[in-house]
Amino acid sequence: MRRLGPLVLEPDPAPPPARVLGVSLLALAGAVAAAGVVFAAYGADPLYAYAVIVRGTFAGLREISEVVRRTIPLLLCGVGLALAFRAQFWNIGAEGQLLAGAVGATAVALFVPLPGPWVLVAMFAAGFATGALWGLLPTLLRLRLSVNEVLTTLMMNYIALYAVAWLIHGPWKGATQFGFAYTDTFPEAARLPLLAGTRVHWPTLAVGLALAAALAFLLARTRLGFEVRVLGQNPVAGRYAGIDPARTLLAVMVLSAGAAGLAGVGEVAGVHHKLLDPGQVSLGYGYAAIVVAWLARGSPLAAVLTATLLGAIFTSGDVLKVALQMPFRVTDVFNGLILFFLIGSERLLAVRIRWAPPAATVRVGSGLPGTPEAGGES
Amino acid sequence: MDEGGWVLATAIRAMALGTPILWGTLGEIVAERSGVINLGVEGMMILGALAAFVVAQLTGQPAVGLGVAAAVGGAAALLHAFVSITLRANQYVSGLALTMFGLGLAGLLGRGWEGRPLLDTLPEISALTYAGLGLAAALWAVFYHTRWGIVLRSVGEMPAAADALGVNVALVRYLAVAFGGVMAGAAGAFLSLAYRPAWTEGMTAGMGWIVIAIAIFAAWDPLRAVAGALLFGALFHLSFRLQAWVAPELLKMMPFAFTILALAATAGGRRGQGAPEALGVPYVTGER
Repeated sequence: MRRLGPLVLEPDPAPPPARVLGVSLLALAGAVAAAGVVFAAYGADPLYAYAVIVRGTFAGLREISEVVRRTIPLLLCGVGLALAFRAQFWNIGAEGQLLAGAVGATAVALFVPLPGPWVLVAMFAAGFATGALWGLLPTLLRLRLSVNEVLTTLMMNYIALYAVAWLIHGPWKGATQFGFAYTDTFPEAARLPLLAGTRVHWPTLAVGLALAAALAFLLARTRLGFEVRVLGQNPVAGRYAGIDPARTLLAVMVLSAGAAGLAGVGEVAGVHHKLLDPGQVSLGYGYAAIVVAWLARGSPLAAVLTATLLGAIFTSGDVLKVALQMPFRVTDVFNGLILFFLIGSERLLAVRIRWAPPAATVRVGSGLPGTPEAGGES
Repeated sequence: MDEGGWVLATAIRAMALGTPILWGTLGEIVAERSGVINLGVEGMMILGALAAFVVAQLTGQPAVGLGVAAAVGGAAALLHAFVSITLRANQYVSGLALTMFGLGLAGLLGRGWEGRPLLDTLPEISALTYAGLGLAAALWAVFYHTRWGIVLRSVGEMPAAADALGVNVALVRYLAVAFGGVMAGAAGAFLSLAYRPAWTEGMTAGMGWIVIAIAIFAAWDPLRAVAGALLFGALFHLSFRLQAWVAPELLKMMPFAFTILALAATAGGRRGQGAPEALGVPYVTGER
């Protein structure tokens, strides 16, 4: 316990939601301020840049719908990562899993003849399957040989990136595209419908929202969810309780990587209508989804909000490119700073601030501030 | 006909490209030996590459560029050190944040510097390679035959015991992480001043991650890191050389696929062997 003028700081390892929200907002404010310093170093007026961002993301229907469009892949990857992080599985491979999903969907769109409405269904199924498959090898290596999944999932990202590049330059190079590296354009039946007047491919958005709700339910109300939470908080206790970590992690990774695969389906079927340069299929959504999941503190429902925030950042990247000639990479500055401020502020979560002006009120603090466990609902 | 010459040239280029990998790996090994894993290598390397290129352009002195790059890498590493050691935040996430931030910042500030030729490059690549080899030997000697080495390893293995013996755990960790950053920054400088020599956004292309992987399957041993770095230098170089026969995209995949293979091959049976006991665990006096 510490005194700060009339304030008393006490350890409190179980933060109420209001404090979690407050600290998160504080961290975001810090990241925005730090980004201003970076803007100034680049030679741009930070206040003008902020104004450009606000106008470019909230000014009207067109701007907001662009944010929503960017939110879709972030949401799908983000909820999957939230689930994996809850199980203490460090899936850093959403980027590769997204690309794998895009490849799966493209294969169906270009090469599998199906009756009309079944095309899109099959594309989503194939995207989920290829995404999950892309996450399988790191999972098996972790389970069988205890190989650190951070590195293997990352390596799979690079392998996916070059695999897509190979496909579009080699075997899948479109016959109709002279000199450009991408596949043929998808037939009409393999394109997702858009919300009128926008570029929002709403079926993918619906899938993302449904998945967020389903995973929240899974975590809170099902046996698998319980096992995930126990394994994430105390693997040893989990084993004593008879939880099979291999089975649980496998289920988690199929869902997590599959969700990222769905994001890939949305990008090719809803935005590009073809498979193209991996850097254009995904603008780094898989990496930014790490921020989405961490900012949501492992809660799939909160990920809807945090994905929207990151969606706004990606839209800002477009806007800043036009208004201030900044490279799109500026989004990574934001993402990195948010992550830094977020984890840097985590210790504040375990501190309760109380107003106690008069004579010293002596209370015995229980325990030391520990690392707060991820978790919104329980 | 000139078979021998081709092999020799390949070996020399492999050694050259193995050099930044070796520098980075040695730095990461020192950091991890102190108990702090730094996933920010890619970010520190790219910042070093940009800093070196810009300074060399402005001053005409590539050696100054190398020095500034090392300092920039060290400063970036201190950010990770502050968040993960002082604030005791998750080391994985902090390192990832550093990589994102580094790639973003370098992409942003390096915008005007792309495509410019560098007139004053680092002249003696072989000297830099030898410096790396010498450093590996020196680190091995320091680790196992000096008091500093014992202090560093004990902080990574059992910080509470080191603390009880009067070692300043946080200070040792800060220094080790900073050293890792200096080496990563210098490795980036090597790419933009000697190997390429040019600045392009994202030019480290995943090398920072390979560095972290080598630290693991070299079992945190500086001498084994030499072998790993040369192997991957050869792989990266072959991925350029074999392009006449195999699709370049498939070749570029090779080092990453091989990394997974190497991690799997060295993990089987003797799992976790050589990993510092307290790797990734923040230390607080009086807490276990």
